[in-house]
Amino acid sequence: MKKRLGYLITSLLSLFLFHGYALAVNPLPQKGSLLPEIKLAVPRVPAHRTYLGISGAESFTIPDIKAKLVIIEIFSMYCPHCQREAPSVNELYRTIENSPDAQGRVKLIGIGAGNDAFEVDFFKNKYDIPFPLFTDEDYMIHEQLGKPNTPFFIAVKINDDGTHEVSYTQLGGFERAEGFLELILKESGLKEGKVR
Amino acid sequence: MKRSICSALLLGAVALFLVVADSTVRSEVPKEDIYSPGVLKPTDSTLKVNVGDPLPDFTLPAVSGRQVSLSQFLGEKNLVISFVPAAWTPVCSDQWPGYNIAKEIFDRYDAILLGISVDNIPTLYAWTNHMGDLWFPVLSDFWPHGGFASKLGVLRSDGVTERAIFIVDKKGIIRYIDVHDINRRPSLGDIVSELKKLEP
Repeated sequence: MKKRLGYLITSLLSLFLFHGYALAVNPLPQKGSLLPEIKLAVPRVPAHRTYLGISGAESFTIPDIKAKLVIIEIFSMYCPHCQREAPSVNELYRTIENSPDAQGRVKLIGIGAGNDAFEVDFFKNKYDIPFPLFTDEDYMIHEQLGKPNTPFFIAVKINDDGTHEVSYTQLGGFERAEGFLELILKESGLKEGKVR
Repeated sequence: MKRSICSALLLGAVALFLVVADSTVRSEVPKEDIYSPGVLKPTDSTLKVNVGDPLPDFTLPAVSGRQVSLSQFLGEKNLVISFVPAAWTPVCSDQWPGYNIAKEIFDRYDAILLGISVDNIPTLYAWTNHMGDLWFPVLSDFWPHGGFASKLGVLRSDGVTERAIFIVDKKGIIRYIDVHDINRRPSLGDIVSELKKLEP
């Protein structure tokens, strides 16, 4: 009896420990939470450095971007949804750049989950993507962000005092770029699409 | 007590296995239909061919209903053969859809891509239908089971193939072999680097 009880306790303890490991897997970003510190390489393209307001260092984090709001798309070159969504995301970029309220204040970037430099460049050229894309070859960022399916959008609001918070997330694409931008701006407390 | 600890560790390992088995990036194949086999032994076979050897001849049925043979390509096209272990599994479902948007790369190097698995035609038909219109032939090495994979030495002990890339030149000579970690997707960039080497 004692032996069986010992077995049961040891088994449950073991399962609990491993379940603890499971719980240690990062959660998906939630509205109001801090974004995990993800490090991205400073773009080689000068126009992208200017767009992001990044200079000097080899790497930067999202709150370093000169913006009120950063929209991150987690994508993969191998994901048909991302392939199909690419023109819409380009349209989102153009909508931002043509909006007097959002231009210069809302920035858009993409991070290729499991994609190396060749694959990200190929995706960029294939769909003529105008905004900066970054590699996440070893899925490190993907894991930090709770291993989201793709495409996954995260809006990060950057406050004047340098703090930041996740203000919106969405799995999957959107129908209209204008509507999506307005939704994100509203969810981010930036009202009616106006960035203050 | 020793038995208890072993059993407990086994249970724990199963729990860990289930955690690690979580799939990563979604493909067009519905996620609820993807079976995750978990993390597998990276490779589980011994190659029977080497770079520089002629590719053994093959004739395999394609999802399109055609029969596809090596002889059709000799003197005409370089071949990139992509073996994937199994339909309806996570990494495989995210591999060919990437190649599907890269036809221009294969065209640039006068190469044709052949996708092969040991699944039968109906299974491959249903699975690849979710990937959209694939521009390259998908072949079934189902019967005799894994016959072509076995000739190359990429049939694993559980009956699926390795995740392997073979590049074969127009003379039918194997110029590149990558028996990849089955849990990871080979880089398209590596394939392109090897195709470049075939240029005169």
